[in-house]
Amino acid sequence: MAIFSVYVVNKAGGLIYQYDNYVPRAEAEKTFSYPLDLVLKIHDEKVVVSFGQRDGIRVGHTLLSINGVDVNGKFTADGKEIIEYLKDSTNYPVSIRFGRARLSSNEKLMLASMFHSLFAIGSQLSPEVGSSGIEMLETDMFKLHCFQTLTGIKFIVLADARQSGIDALLRKIYKIYSDFALKNPFYSLEMPIRCELFDQNLKGALEIADKADNFGPVS
Amino acid sequence: MTVHNLYIFDRNGSCLHYGEWNRKKQAGISKEEEFKLMYGMLFSIRSFCSKMSPLDMKDGFLTFQTSKYKLHYYETPTGIKIIMNTDLGVPNAKDILHQIYSTLYVEYIVKNPLCVLGEQLTSDLFTTRLDLYIRALPFFSPRAA
Repeated sequence: MAIFSVYVVNKAGGLIYQYDNYVPRAEAEKTFSYPLDLVLKIHDEKVVVSFGQRDGIRVGHTLLSINGVDVNGKFTADGKEIIEYLKDSTNYPVSIRFGRARLSSNEKLMLASMFHSLFAIGSQLSPEVGSSGIEMLETDMFKLHCFQTLTGIKFIVLADARQSGIDALLRKIYKIYSDFALKNPFYSLEMPIRCELFDQNLKGALEIADKADNFGPVS
Repeated sequence: MTVHNLYIFDRNGSCLHYGEWNRKKQAGISKEEEFKLMYGMLFSIRSFCSKMSPLDMKDGFLTFQTSKYKLHYYETPTGIKIIMNTDLGVPNAKDILHQIYSTLYVEYIVKNPLCVLGEQLTSDLFTTRLDLYIRALPFFSPRAA
């Protein structure tokens, strides 16, 4: 599977739908002795690695659990500060699991509105006349495809860089949106989409797109 | 195929160099403002990509394209950022941007003791060489393909 997630953004930049289709696991657990050979810092109320990479633990990874017990932000499950806990040599050896932090729903809202403005700036800074906003954004890990309808709704699909047929998928999602969200009498325009039929059909479309030709899943 | 323009930023966001070849539309704001807007956009895209990415990235953001143009981005570990706007037909230009950095920026700016790093580049030699290099690119001429 190589389609990661789908976002629908309304014309004001608000996130009205988000679905994670496939979240690759990037986690590493390791037992450490005192002192810790990684530099940790607190960022956004989470403990993240700021320096030192080893055994699959990378800079930017968040501390997820200590001795198999999930942590709660920057605190351990029993309410102690993680940084203080790890300074105490009597707590070692300690087994810590690191991984990429999952996006919280607030972060998703923020990223969606961030993309909304990036889209507009991309069009403003265009060296050519009559340019749209960002339609495709490429990194070495994923490609983001964006389709803006005439009414200003943006459908965004995050997929593996090698996945093909995303343009057709975006148009299909638009169709599903028109058929199952817009025709739903309980759906109010510009508001978050909570329609069961929309969910079902979107999942179906993603499954079909996943099976379409790509060069296998990411390892 | 064609090259529209090229920006070089340093790690603090000041625009070191701006070159323009086939640009049909101006942004409608002063150049200074445009550089700030461009840098701000790239800075946000970088943070956007690193948060959005489901896996750890190596190079991070590479290019984006709209219906009319394609922006190529290259960043060195020292934070020098080279941005080239071309039309949609140009494939990955990472090597070209790296060439601009290694054979032009390093040779004519870093190795020139009179060029103060972190300020706008005033070296004529660099500007001429860059112009020659861009004009010699296979996809430079506006009506080649």
